[in-house]
Amino acid sequence: MANYEPILLRNRGVEGSRTLGVYELRGGYQAVRKALKMTPEEVVEEVKKANLRGRGGAGFPAGMKWSFLPKDRKTTYLCVNGDESEPPTFSNRVLMEHDPHQLIEGVIIAAYAVQAQVAYIYLRVEFHEPFHVLQRAVDEAYAKGYLGRKVFGSDFNVEVYLHRGAGAYVCGEETGLIESLEGKRGWPRIKPPFPAIEGLFRKPTIVNNVETLCNVPHIIERGAAWFTSVGPSHSTGPKLFCISGPVNKPGCYEWSMDLSVQELIEDPRFGGGMRDGKKVKCVLPGGISMGALCASELHMKMDFEDPRKFGLLGLGTAAAVVLDESIDIRIVLRNLARFYAMESCGQCTQCREGTSWMHKIADRIARGAGRLEDLDLILQTARNMGMMPGLSICGLPDGATYPIETVVKKFRGELEERIRAQPREEVGQTLAVVN
Amino acid sequence: MAWIPLDRNKPAFPKDAPPILTEAVREKIRFFFSRYATRRAVLLPALHVVQDALGHVSMQAMTEIAELLEIHPSEVMDTVSFYTHFWTHPKGKKVIVACRSISCEALGGQKVIDAVKQHLHVREHGTTADGTYSFMTEECLAGCDHAPCLLIGERMHKQVKPEDVPKLLADAGNDRIAAPRSDLFDAPAAKGGASNGRPGGGSSAETVGATSDIREMREA
Repeated sequence: MANYEPILLRNRGVEGSRTLGVYELRGGYQAVRKALKMTPEEVVEEVKKANLRGRGGAGFPAGMKWSFLPKDRKTTYLCVNGDESEPPTFSNRVLMEHDPHQLIEGVIIAAYAVQAQVAYIYLRVEFHEPFHVLQRAVDEAYAKGYLGRKVFGSDFNVEVYLHRGAGAYVCGEETGLIESLEGKRGWPRIKPPFPAIEGLFRKPTIVNNVETLCNVPHIIERGAAWFTSVGPSHSTGPKLFCISGPVNKPGCYEWSMDLSVQELIEDPRFGGGMRDGKKVKCVLPGGISMGALCASELHMKMDFEDPRKFGLLGLGTAAAVVLDESIDIRIVLRNLARFYAMESCGQCTQCREGTSWMHKIADRIARGAGRLEDLDLILQTARNMGMMPGLSICGLPDGATYPIETVVKKFRGELEERIRAQPREEVGQTLAVVN
Repeated sequence: MAWIPLDRNKPAFPKDAPPILTEAVREKIRFFFSRYATRRAVLLPALHVVQDALGHVSMQAMTEIAELLEIHPSEVMDTVSFYTHFWTHPKGKKVIVACRSISCEALGGQKVIDAVKQHLHVREHGTTADGTYSFMTEECLAGCDHAPCLLIGERMHKQVKPEDVPKLLADAGNDRIAAPRSDLFDAPAAKGGASNGRPGGGSSAETVGATSDIREMREA
């Protein structure tokens, strides 16, 4: 592994990194000045050339998304997705807490590129500190004339508002976020029309993740060629990786996407190895929705392509949770199943019922009352919901399918062994399905 | 959040009850009007304002919010019932939110949850007898690098051990963070015109997109 100089996290740990003064001293707000001298089309073209793939989970190219906007539009909205609710992801939190002005600069450039007059930054309500830090930074930017009317002395106007959510995972889905912004329950919309055509308040809307927009100033400043030179050809640009669980140094780290899961866990620059020298049992490398790896698959690269070869849905949020050999796989299965049962918005029947069934089955297995045929039943339930078989409006149930399917398939031996060893064993405690 | 059982034989609150939203609270809500193209979009900010001021969002509060936002009370209730953050019944002064994501559970989160429940003698969504704490769990608090974590009020408590819980809960300032507050977000009343036009401030501010949109939609 070559050396790598942090870009997105370059201000982390610098004293006063939250303030406009320090950010600007360290080279901030230069990219936006450059962008405002270009035409909006040139900015879109540059981001398109950089092939900046969305960092929120789906990996859709941001520049392409921007170019879907109708040419004759009058009002455009930009929504920044800071709902970050996918366990165990916390990279947006780190970005907003340590370098709020980097995000604001990205927002101004993106708003200029898509000609949005209003940008809403949607934050989950549990983000109290990031909210206050970011709101302070927005205030500073307004006071300096970097936001509002005629930003940086140009003819471009943009208002940036923070909008706080109220606790719902599904509001991280782009149309769910839009519905929530409109003051409704966060039920995702049927697509098409895609938000770029008809989104917030039925106007063309672009929804981008916090990390995606934090990349934009650097693309403008250093050029698309620099961006495509970082990392492997199919997955370019700087990326934040989160690691949590029983490792020595859990945290958020930045690297190019040529990192393997093994390196993320073992390298002293990242996870720093397992606590107490324990062995890895299972890793969920891309946020739980992407699926699980077993101990023999740790050579997987954390990029946009490799995860599919291991039966995972994709790179996701690149947030790995490592589980060691001391954890009972039944507990893991129940935890994963419960998450989706709790967070399913209830709009599509297959997802609402399916996730609850999976939780009930997983809970029964975890309580030591499972049956061998439960494993096939949970697999069957998992496969029969979601967008891929065409049974749901959003991707939440697909995100529920992959972890359940991969855990059951890759750890079937242990699960069967545990089930056969019943009923002497009693594990954990029951959690009610409904609060 | 919770199912609201209603006694259909009598109204949820007396028809002649004096309004519970004070003028200050209403003014705070109106502050958000110019930020959004529709009144309904002000609902989430309004509910935050009301819950911060009154502790919870009662049926009467929902009705009064609906009136202010020119929508039907059932639309308010529809939104309130969807989100876990809003309480429709009185809660304690501080809310403890325990995380039970996979990272927290793998590092002993369940023991922390049990310790809190035992120490306070509360169940999920319950409130202590003295009205200090309410307790709930959530699926992930995005603090996995500090697992297991516990959110009390605004403060995230990191790497909590079950044995630390009594000390943690005895600390009076355990729900506050030192972050400086912004006066643009939630203290509109005393605010004069900022140098660059007040962002989102009151009806007089000339906001660019949103205001023209409101006009457009009303005319349509």
